[in-house]
Amino acid sequence: MDRIDLSIGSGGKSMHEFIAGVVLRHLGNARLDGLGDAALLDLPRHAAFTTDSFVVKPLFFPGGDIGTLCVAGTVNDLVVSGARPLFLSLGLILEEGLPMADLERILASMRRTADAAGVTVVTGDTKVVRKGEADGIYVNTAGIGEAVGRPETPRPGDILIVTGSPGDHGVAIMVARREFEFEGDVRSDCAALTRLLPLWESGDVRWMRDITRGGLATVACEMASQAGCTAVLREADVPFSPPVRGVAEILGIEPLYLPSEGKALIVAPSASAGRVLEFLRTKAACPDAAAIGTVETRDREVDAILRTQSGGHRILEPLTGELLPRIC
Amino acid sequence: MKDLEILRGEPAVRALVDEIGREAAGIGRPLQLMEVCGTHTMTVYRNGLGPVLRRLGVTMISGPGCPVCVTPDSTISAAASLVREHEGVILASFGDMLRVPTSEGILMKLVPAARSEIRIVYSAEETLRLARENPDRSVVFLAAGFETTIPSIAWVVRECVRRDVRNVFLLSAMKTVPAPLRAILSAGEVRLDGLIYPGHVSVIIGTHPYEFIPKEFGVPGAVAGFEPADFLLGVLAVLQQIRGRRPAVENAYPRAVRAEGNPEAVRLIAETLHPADAEWRGFGTIPQSGLLPPERFSALARFNPRTDAVWTHEGCRCGEVVRGLIAPEGCPLFARTCTPGRPLGPCMVSFEGACLIHAKYGKEVPGGQD
Repeated sequence: MDRIDLSIGSGGKSMHEFIAGVVLRHLGNARLDGLGDAALLDLPRHAAFTTDSFVVKPLFFPGGDIGTLCVAGTVNDLVVSGARPLFLSLGLILEEGLPMADLERILASMRRTADAAGVTVVTGDTKVVRKGEADGIYVNTAGIGEAVGRPETPRPGDILIVTGSPGDHGVAIMVARREFEFEGDVRSDCAALTRLLPLWESGDVRWMRDITRGGLATVACEMASQAGCTAVLREADVPFSPPVRGVAEILGIEPLYLPSEGKALIVAPSASAGRVLEFLRTKAACPDAAAIGTVETRDREVDAILRTQSGGHRILEPLTGELLPRIC
Repeated sequence: MKDLEILRGEPAVRALVDEIGREAAGIGRPLQLMEVCGTHTMTVYRNGLGPVLRRLGVTMISGPGCPVCVTPDSTISAAASLVREHEGVILASFGDMLRVPTSEGILMKLVPAARSEIRIVYSAEETLRLARENPDRSVVFLAAGFETTIPSIAWVVRECVRRDVRNVFLLSAMKTVPAPLRAILSAGEVRLDGLIYPGHVSVIIGTHPYEFIPKEFGVPGAVAGFEPADFLLGVLAVLQQIRGRRPAVENAYPRAVRAEGNPEAVRLIAETLHPADAEWRGFGTIPQSGLLPPERFSALARFNPRTDAVWTHEGCRCGEVVRGLIAPEGCPLFARTCTPGRPLGPCMVSFEGACLIHAKYGKEVPGGQD
């Protein structure tokens, strides 16, 4: 079969052949291979549970594809919540006519990303809709993880750390969509963040969030709003990559709002911030990790203040509207 | 990129701010300067320079330099009428022009007539491609822009003549920057101690077209670039003129601007377009302030669209904002019913619009840090 057809979602023989021959070939493992109606799991006493849906356009982009994204996205939601990812579910909604080769490539990316993150897909579902009723493939994943750390509320005096250059995913998607006549060597940062888990185990961090839709600015605002503090960011210290700087400059986009899919904002007490940076740079493959600001006492309902590169100050607000639709 | 970092960095900015502070203290009274161009408004606000200058006694007022903001209802209406009432028309324009809200919703979402459609383009040149790909349809380019954009539009006109392309038409909203400044200074409704002229406009037209301002109105001014330090160099030049009582048009952006501008671009404009009276939002008709293509390219002549089909929000005060009469905060709709997410007027739509920039970047940091 070269392309997905409606029979795959029918529940009949061709569906079974598809699951056994295609899905299991890529994602198979002891729990999934039995194809039971539900996976039976031994769960830790403190577990984290999350779900996310993925509709990224285009399906393939430099640095990843919807397969990488749907595993990394859910894994990262668990990691930043202080949980070691264990199990994933996978819901596929396929559009009739999707090339089988594309699906295979996507499933291979899922497997690669899942292996790297130490998770297995233990249950799943496939539906096919008629041509024109979806856009290639939509994916939902849910994930369960074991709590290894306990996030706390950030406090005044804490240090804000980013694990690397924010915004690379957004720029890679923009380039891949060819909406602008840009060419360039820019790759999505889409990746699982499981390498950050030791930070929870050591107790050196208080809070983490992956930087996705809304970018660094929005994440900082949400953190401050929930914590009842004000985040003060230093623009000059944010390690934007040259492509992000360049594209933001040309299009007049605020790079602080560009999404990543493999970067996190970390809040650490000032006493351990140095150790966190050292760990990120030397042991977690985050050479560009940087301290970019501080958590301050709440200043008249202001979530976040940016100290600009030129030394001025302005208020940072969460993203309003949608900068880039369908980036994940 | 590295040089730009220097022009954005704190050491250069701080040194200039100190020097501006000394000049301002020497002048000894509060000053009001207009940054003519929306891109400068962005420089000021995005970098948090507004409060820094205000503490030195220098208040910046946003001017008319945003093409989308000054495009009048009649032009927007003509665009709406064209695409809704005429078959086989591709209305092409820059993105924020098509997001201007009207009594019938934003242009982009109007329901086009049969075989008609609305397309966002990122350059005037794309009009040629659309025309080639759609030989059986008319491509109407809603051409909004100042001297920075006009050469590229003129180039399209020249190419159409050269290649005998017959399905491209312009709905012109092309305007010149010096014209509304005369209107603002003649009206005298707002006190201006100096003007900061847009650097990219002067890359094309040079500095001479502003000479009437110091001569006839005695108002100092400087052409400035768009990095924080570039802009502050312009402010400093203006303050030095005020203090020395020698109003002029100073080129504070010599790395990009020559006094004579770009003669080739100026010639291209002169050869393909002709000056005409033009209507501006907020100003009404300003004599010889617009540019029109030859008659055969005129969408107005070809289609005779209605100029009263749609209009912008009645309570919107963008017309006063572009004249510098009120700050965006002075409009009762600002940040209440008119927001970046749901703009009611063009100044809240355009990336160069004062309202959008004020809404996004203009909230004062408590405690007045700098």
